[in-house]
Amino acid sequence: MTEVRNELVAKRYAAERRFRFYGAAALTLTALFLAVLLIDVINKGLPAFHEHSVDIEVKVDAADIDPSNLPGGNYDKLVKEAFRAEFPSVTDRTGKKALTALLSTGGADRLREMVIADPAIIGKQVTVPVLLSADADLFLKSMSSDVTSVEGKATLHIARLEGDEGYVLTGDSTGEEAEKQLGIAPGELVRFAGGALRVTGVQNGYLKAEVVFAPDPAITALSPGQWSVLSFAIPESSRRISDQQALWLEQLKQDGRIENSFAWRFFESGDSREPELAGIRGALVGSLLTVAVAILLALPLGIAAAVYLEQFAPKNHWTDLIEVNINNLAAVPSIIFGLLGLAVFLNFFGLPRSAPVVGGLVLALLVLPTIIIASRAALKAVPPSITEAALGVGASKQQAVFQHVLPLALPGIMTGTILGLARAFGETAPLLMIGMVAFIADIPQGFTSAATVLPVQVFLWSDLPELAFRAKTAAAIMVLLVVLFALNAVAIYLRKRFERRW
Amino acid sequence: MNAPTAPFQTYITPPHPRALSNGKFKITASGVDVHYGEKHAIKNLSIDIPDRAVSAFIGPSGCGKSTFLRAINRMNDTIPGCRVTGDIEVDKHDIYDPKIDVVQLRAKVGMVFQKPNPFPKSIYENVAYGPRIHGLAKDKTELDQIVEQSLRKAGLWEEVKDRLAQPGTGLSGGQQQRLCIARAIAVNPEVILMDEPCSALDPIATAKIEELIDELRQNYCIVIVTHSMQQAARVSQLTAFFHLGTLVEYGDTDEMFTAPQEKRTQDYITGRFG
Repeated sequence: MTEVRNELVAKRYAAERRFRFYGAAALTLTALFLAVLLIDVINKGLPAFHEHSVDIEVKVDAADIDPSNLPGGNYDKLVKEAFRAEFPSVTDRTGKKALTALLSTGGADRLREMVIADPAIIGKQVTVPVLLSADADLFLKSMSSDVTSVEGKATLHIARLEGDEGYVLTGDSTGEEAEKQLGIAPGELVRFAGGALRVTGVQNGYLKAEVVFAPDPAITALSPGQWSVLSFAIPESSRRISDQQALWLEQLKQDGRIENSFAWRFFESGDSREPELAGIRGALVGSLLTVAVAILLALPLGIAAAVYLEQFAPKNHWTDLIEVNINNLAAVPSIIFGLLGLAVFLNFFGLPRSAPVVGGLVLALLVLPTIIIASRAALKAVPPSITEAALGVGASKQQAVFQHVLPLALPGIMTGTILGLARAFGETAPLLMIGMVAFIADIPQGFTSAATVLPVQVFLWSDLPELAFRAKTAAAIMVLLVVLFALNAVAIYLRKRFERRW
Repeated sequence: MNAPTAPFQTYITPPHPRALSNGKFKITASGVDVHYGEKHAIKNLSIDIPDRAVSAFIGPSGCGKSTFLRAINRMNDTIPGCRVTGDIEVDKHDIYDPKIDVVQLRAKVGMVFQKPNPFPKSIYENVAYGPRIHGLAKDKTELDQIVEQSLRKAGLWEEVKDRLAQPGTGLSGGQQQRLCIARAIAVNPEVILMDEPCSALDPIATAKIEELIDELRQNYCIVIVTHSMQQAARVSQLTAFFHLGTLVEYGDTDEMFTAPQEKRTQDYITGRFG
């Protein structure tokens, strides 16, 4: 008899241990997924928070700027010309084009700002930090291709072939294969002071090379240490940055001309077709406006509905029906609310498309059930003895509710509301239906101006092919997550701060 | 008064209850029925309750004594499905008359609940709330006076006068209940209904409340529901014994506990059931 019992006890403990293990395993797995997700997003998004610019000495030529129309001046030309002037060896059209392609199309904006801020600099020489293009920026962040630079270990002999045949590279002993002697493979770049050659192939123990930057004809031999080999993981044809451009950037970097700074632009500008100019300001402001409308509508309506249903409404079939339908409404897919917004607010009432006011209306409908349910739960949690106490001293029902029950339920209501607000903040689908998915470069000025919201911005950027937008997407997700975490933190704080035990 | 009709009803009022010798009836009820949905909680009940005396309602659980108490200031109105029929009068006014303002009624007929239920506000605010909503004080000094007087009458002033701003929920159970009594007194009621006011308290706190009830009867009509027959014997002048929704016996407390006229009363008092 005792033995049987012992067996049972052992079984019970084993079951408990098993259960604990399952729980811990589930928790670990969840934490792992979350960690992987967060690390991936942060890893991808962090590069978007800094940007590279190059300091260029610009002579602000009065001829290109009309003093009566400072913003209309031809700053682009000034910057580009100043930049080209630094590479006098680049004379051909394609070379010049490749050179200016390193600069962002918005690179001259800074100069414009400087001139508008201080017109006295017209005619003077100024140093302007000019934003690099997204491709150049990605190269400097070593995101476009892995670059390895190896210093030359042997003596390199350079001979120029007749005509336009390029160059021939050899080591010290002509008999052996130059490839092995020098440690250079075809496709790699040989760089030295005053020139750069690209190795194209092997021929009779020699390395054939073509010009990237024409070297000084006087150079025939380079001792170890005077030259280096640059190799890219991705071949030039699959890269957005050519070998030539890469070498220019390397050059600028070596000269200390490249500046790496925090990308305030990301928080200060709206969307753009140029990845390096795109920011989340427009989406963030759009989100705030939209959610403000949603909360201003949903909060009073939701609380009023909850108070009425919980405290005043007669308990009958009608209120039961309403309650069931509020719960149903909370479970309706959000895209349906978008369709409703499209049909009612846009088509029937003729409200403006893509506007935060319409987005707010739709999101208000979306979060209203959540707020009503949370508020009712909070009101229900206030013990009836409080109502009785108030009624007992002769308060009317309304006084009892508004002076005693509601203030006590408010922290709970606020918690529910903030969680609803967080949901509204992260909602995408219904806003797609009402046109908040458009490309909008301007920062919205009001509730009726065209806008988009943060999650939709993420959706838009994630769709773009440019590599640079991938980082922007991840960075926008980071900002969205920070906002949501902050909202949840406020909810938790409120709950802890005003938690009351009865 | 209605003549008793139901077979179980033995409505007994002694010809001249001693407790009534110098008083008049404050509350008169006749033919009162209370239903909770299908449940018939009070059956054809009639009773007269005198002013300036303590009347105790005793009886086993579920006998309807609390239900009847709550019918006197219409607290039952808040319970969905509760129906009260019959006639309950306070000072000869039918309190279920549609013209009666229930808020005024509850100011006149105050209530103290089983579990101390101070508002989660300061001690001062707890007492000041009633006078404030009824506009009993013209200014702050007057309100301060009402608060002090009420707390004094409830025997709590000396204990809390230095911490009026502290939350009422921070007091001990007995103090909380006395605060609730002070809150009820503050609106200047004429009747105080107490629904087992000591059931959640320890004996010392109970003794203090009983002492307080004894003092209060000089000025108020007090009706107390209690499960403790000793308490009924100690504090009340009249006792009513309820059983299964009917009033079995009602009369002078001393006589009731020494010479009950009904067998069921005797059985209950001597502890044979209940």
